[in-house]
Amino acid sequence: MPADIAPGDVSQTQQSPSSADPVVVFEDVSITFDVKPVLQNISFTVYRGETRIILGPAGGGKSVLMKLANGLIRPDSGTIRVFGEDVTRMRETDLFKLRARIGMVFQESALFDSLSVEDNVAYRLHEDRVPDEEAHKRVIEALQFVELENTIEKFPSELSGGMRRRVSIARAIIAKPDLILYDSPTGGLDPITSTTIIDLVIKQRDVSHTTSLLITHRLQDAFLLARNRFNQQTGKIEPIPNGGIDDSTKFLVLNEGHVVFDGNTHELVHTNDPWLKEYLS
Amino acid sequence: MPFVSPEIFAKQIIASVQDYSILSWRAVANLFSRPRYWADIYTQMDSIGVGSMPIVVLTGFFTGCVLALQSATSLQAFGSVSLTGNLVALSMVKELGPVLTGLMVSGRNASGMASEIGSMKVTEQIDAMRALGTDPVRKLVTPRLYATVFMLFFLTVVSDAVGIAGGALVSVTLMGLNASSYFHNSYRALQYGDVVQGLTKPLFSGFIIATVGCYFGMTTKGGTQGVGKATTQAVVYSSVFIIIVDFIVSRAMIGIFGR
Repeated sequence: MPADIAPGDVSQTQQSPSSADPVVVFEDVSITFDVKPVLQNISFTVYRGETRIILGPAGGGKSVLMKLANGLIRPDSGTIRVFGEDVTRMRETDLFKLRARIGMVFQESALFDSLSVEDNVAYRLHEDRVPDEEAHKRVIEALQFVELENTIEKFPSELSGGMRRRVSIARAIIAKPDLILYDSPTGGLDPITSTTIIDLVIKQRDVSHTTSLLITHRLQDAFLLARNRFNQQTGKIEPIPNGGIDDSTKFLVLNEGHVVFDGNTHELVHTNDPWLKEYLS
Repeated sequence: MPFVSPEIFAKQIIASVQDYSILSWRAVANLFSRPRYWADIYTQMDSIGVGSMPIVVLTGFFTGCVLALQSATSLQAFGSVSLTGNLVALSMVKELGPVLTGLMVSGRNASGMASEIGSMKVTEQIDAMRALGTDPVRKLVTPRLYATVFMLFFLTVVSDAVGIAGGALVSVTLMGLNASSYFHNSYRALQYGDVVQGLTKPLFSGFIIATVGCYFGMTTKGGTQGVGKATTQAVVYSSVFIIIVDFIVSRAMIGIFGR
């Protein structure tokens, strides 16, 4: 836990484009699988330009929450609004249109193994009947962003776990979505590769200011996001000067299906909640 | 296997029938609205139709051969060996051609569909497809359904033809029948109702193979073990349904055409 984030550091925060527009709103959401309650009375709001890091022990319902936000599963009760639309009551056909504004990175990448990297990344463009030449150009751009342009002709089975995760990020950002959902993008990866992935998330956050939700089990990833920024002049990730924190990065901590924390980095590291203190230590 | 109460078991069965019916209806209806995945339909036609050709030809041919061989023994007792052509043609066109082709294609393709879609399901590729704004039923199930129905029809025609040819080979080479007489009797034996009956069955079988295979694929749970279970169930259920529906269609056709 970064105890070096002092109260005074909040004044050194990065300017973010956050506005009062809520992008994702969960209101009293509950879901039960078989007889086990997975999420109970979850409420939180993610505003435009915000990066919301979702922390919590394994099996706490984080991935379920992510799928609920994208309308992939429906809750038993409660309301979920994404871009002002109630995804809990929308028809699947209407959800497909809404999802055009959402990019999602899955836990195990979920690349289509029968398609090449190019076809995977360009999937949404091909669905939208974007001309091949333009689609190819945009695939190159997206792959350059994740520094994998040399893998364009390869198949997912020929890539390492970290490379697959980066291709998955390229697939999620190619259509320039207004919301990105990262479901454990560093799960199962070694620390160096994890840092590479988090660097890409920071880059995406600071270049495009896209609203995003990110699940992670690794506290170091979370604090890396909160304390670093992408320098567009040098093209590198660097710590925010004077130990500052990014104020567009906020936290949601789940435990056993309940929200145990909802706030910014400063509030998280100075929490008085005994369970949270132990979890962060 | 955990014991469940009869009430829960009945509810599970009804829920499965409901899910299967909804999936089948959506798969059929999707062709009448955009987007249509023609490239996927042609790919599946190649995979299901052309890919199944060798097993269908071999099965049909040797079924015709063995049919001629077996029936000749019985017909000899009545001095009617010359009617071997009638028997082979009627059996192949009305029953064995459609059913055996259906069962062979079921073994090859219902299992393939269940395992392919099931693997996609357990590796979250189906969810990824939905997240990317594509309806997986439209993209995966509809092309397989129409490709199977269309190609099974022609595979059955091929099976009937090679079956009759196999019967001819045995009749001519082993039983010394006249080839011209064999084919003449075969042709005369078949009436309009027989051909309609034989060519109606693959339409139902194709529907069963694709919808059952895709249904078990789309409802796969529990990792690689679940994929194996889905594959087995797809072959078992589709084969049983093909034979049950074969009986129902045969009865209906006999009612309509009187034979």
